[in-house]
Amino acid sequence: MAELSNQLMAVAVLAYLAAMVCYAAEYAFGSKSRIGRAAVRPARQLVGSGAPVSDIADDEDIVEVAKPDRSGEIFGRIAVGLNIVALLLHLGALTTRGIAADRMPWGNMYEYILSATFVGSAVWVGVLIRRPAIRHIGLFVTLALVLLLGADGMIAYTPVGPLVPALHSYWFVIHVSTIILASGIFLIGAVPATMFLIRDGYDRGKRRFPYSLGRNTPDATVLERLTFRLHAFAFPLFTFGALIAGPIWAEASWGRYWGWDPKEVWAFISWIVYAGYLHARATPSVKRTVATWIALLGFATMLMNLFGVNLFFGGFHSYANPGGM
Amino acid sequence: MTVVEERPAPPAAPPPKLPRRLWALLRNSWRQLTSMRTALVLLFLLAVAAIPGSIFPQRAVNEQKVTQYYQAHPSLAPWLERLGGFEVYGSPWFASIYLLLFTSLVGCVLPRLRDHARALRQAPPDAPRRLDRLPESADLTVEIGPKDIARILRRRRFRTKIREQEDGSWTVSAEKGYLKETGNLLFHFSLLAVLIGVGFGHWYGWHGDRILVAGADQGFCDSLAQYDDSTLGPRVDAADLPDFCLKLTDFRAAYQATGQPKNFSATVAVTEGDGPAKTRTFTVNDPLRLHGANVHLIGHGYAISLRYTDRYGVSQTKVVPFLPIDGMFTSEGVAQFPDVNIDPKTNRRDSTLQMGFEGRYLPTVGTDGSATSTFPAENAPALFLTAYRGDLGLDVGTPGSVYALDQGQIATGDLKNVSGARPHELKVGESWTLDDGTKLEFLGTRPYATLAIRYDPTQTLVLAGAALGLLGLMLSLGGHRRRVWFRALPASPESDGGTLLTAGGLPRTDYPGFADEFAQLVKAAEEGTP
Ligand code: HEM
Repeated sequence: MAELSNQLMAVAVLAYLAAMVCYAAEYAFGSKSRIGRAAVRPARQLVGSGAPVSDIADDEDIVEVAKPDRSGEIFGRIAVGLNIVALLLHLGALTTRGIAADRMPWGNMYEYILSATFVGSAVWVGVLIRRPAIRHIGLFVTLALVLLLGADGMIAYTPVGPLVPALHSYWFVIHVSTIILASGIFLIGAVPATMFLIRDGYDRGKRRFPYSLGRNTPDATVLERLTFRLHAFAFPLFTFGALIAGPIWAEASWGRYWGWDPKEVWAFISWIVYAGYLHARATPSVKRTVATWIALLGFATMLMNLFGVNLFFGGFHSYANPGGM
Repeated sequence: MTVVEERPAPPAAPPPKLPRRLWALLRNSWRQLTSMRTALVLLFLLAVAAIPGSIFPQRAVNEQKVTQYYQAHPSLAPWLERLGGFEVYGSPWFASIYLLLFTSLVGCVLPRLRDHARALRQAPPDAPRRLDRLPESADLTVEIGPKDIARILRRRRFRTKIREQEDGSWTVSAEKGYLKETGNLLFHFSLLAVLIGVGFGHWYGWHGDRILVAGADQGFCDSLAQYDDSTLGPRVDAADLPDFCLKLTDFRAAYQATGQPKNFSATVAVTEGDGPAKTRTFTVNDPLRLHGANVHLIGHGYAISLRYTDRYGVSQTKVVPFLPIDGMFTSEGVAQFPDVNIDPKTNRRDSTLQMGFEGRYLPTVGTDGSATSTFPAENAPALFLTAYRGDLGLDVGTPGSVYALDQGQIATGDLKNVSGARPHELKVGESWTLDDGTKLEFLGTRPYATLAIRYDPTQTLVLAGAALGLLGLMLSLGGHRRRVWFRALPASPESDGGTLLTAGGLPRTDYPGFADEFAQLVKAAEEGTP
């Protein structure tokens, strides 16, 4: 079963890769597709002037009917199909891993990343189904997934094993599952955030790489709002998982609810940075681009917690170092 | 988002006098401090200030690592110490950031609380003159009057206000989403509650660590002297510690075939105050909760029982905990016998004849002869010791480690290795005769549990604060403030017996679903169905 899980994981990465190639093909060929056409419309005013009146573009209306370019469209559809196949394979890898270990597949760093990327991927497919217009950023979503899963397999791979006793707790399930959900959504949130910054630069006349990528993305307003929605959804989840359920469990396990262990420090930092994003976005005099940079910084701190802290700092969290109690 | 960021400037004052200028300066600083921009900067600073604590070892987390850091970076460490680098989260600069942030927070949310309380009591404002200028607007014909429209809105949980004029015109104003601001305020006030809770917990809480070896002779009672290591909050006195005693009667550990631990459990006999002894079992993640203290199982290991018989035939037995150095419980430790080889005639201690034994315990000796254990349970145990004779250096008054011999004494030659370079191997029950005819017996091992004993009086407050904060956060992030108006002009032409209305809608926060909601309201009014 563990073997099967590894194979499914490898195939899933390949499928994401294939989806990525098709998204890229659509990106390249599809400049006259309906999405591309819609995106050429003038960008709406972005920076809220306090009155939200100018800010009420409806997402759906960007999908205007122009003469679709067939080849781009077809690649796009194939990409979405492959993306869904990859998601199912990913689910398979996760499930078989759980069966092999006879527990929830969240016992170590490898499994954690496998799960968080799955959540990200699932949220992405969900958004995609509700708003097909957003398809053009699929290239970057799959790129992020392939990179993370690749890093996971190469750096963090851990053979199937039972949980160390410190992880025998239902708070473990609650704590880890909410953080995985939140991380997955933050991950997907980082993609429209990046695309928004690129698109915004493009709209302001920048044409160098990476701004040249902004040619085909959805409207900047749409990207920005999607960014906010994803973050606003993930933030309370993260608050609950990292700053409430985590401490409750830590109290039962180690006796103190908060002890500034490196993982706790970085969760705190991420939380503060994301709170900063929400503040910045709610402050009219702060530009939306600045706010979005803060959101990306937040994601960087999440990555730091995931890779940096596990690999360099160690600490109480027994994820990356088996054997401890 | 109607965040009033810069409040209106005070009216231009006549040429100011000094106190007045000071006052103005203070007011301006306060205004600066409580602005959202300042809050952003402070949040950012707080995040940055937290980073060093994850890079440098923290005394509160692991004292030992700080010592190691001092050894590895002898010139850098004292500087870091001066800057608070080993106690980042208790350092003045960290505290000043969060105190400023919370001052800003109070300054920011108190006026908002006042405004919100006022808004809650006020009726929704009258319609603006040009409803068709609003983000949503519609003209419609209805068969119903203002009361019915208000009812339709109220059914959707809008607050409403009907304003009727002499000339027969009327407006219905409606507003919804007050919970958003309520939630926001609740969230920020909960942050304050959490901060206060954490602060009081620090002042009035305490904790101590203790290694508790199994056996009735190794019991422990809650008093400061009996802890291996303890920290009392500034407002806690040694006499405040609750009165209880623990004896470890049983300790169990189960392992996978790979040596990974499966589960642990500790069974203790507890007496609290004058109460009877009770038997209680606890484990990792499931502490023993006593009155005024919680006992957490945070580690375990083996204590070695040794009997030394000196040259006068006097025997002494010691049970010494060895500390595990890896996941397979290769354990290191030391047994010191300062009061041996005392000549019964003079009854004087000869400091050149004290004995120390240092070495390793392997619960399972591997077949490859390596010096580390291959399994954490005692499948093939052996003890490897080196004997030292001389002055243990215990009398100097500097508290040394109880897990290692004084390296200084060995360096000066006051404490000498008397058993050769290779450690001597001992199995349980074996005895070892040293060069001077004295004898050491390895009697066996006993398990020990590493306990963290803690008390934090404000834990519940902090938890309640956090839970309320989360609730507030969800209300705030999920809510949408919006206003809707319906207006009939005095000369509204009657078409088919209906009244011609103008309706307008204003979402006060970013709310993509508003257009739909507005359309539904208009439709409901047109159909006259609540
Ligand atoms: C301890 C530090 C703080 C944290 C962690 C924090 C966190 C947050 C979060 C997560 C939000 C977004 C959720 C929501 O809309 O309610 C928020 C909103 C807000 N915060 Fe803070 N905050 C802090 C301090 C402050 C301070 C010092 C101020 C005032 C200067 C402030 C003013 C606001 C305002 C006005 C909003 C509402 C924005 C809107 O209208 O959506 N906060 N805060």
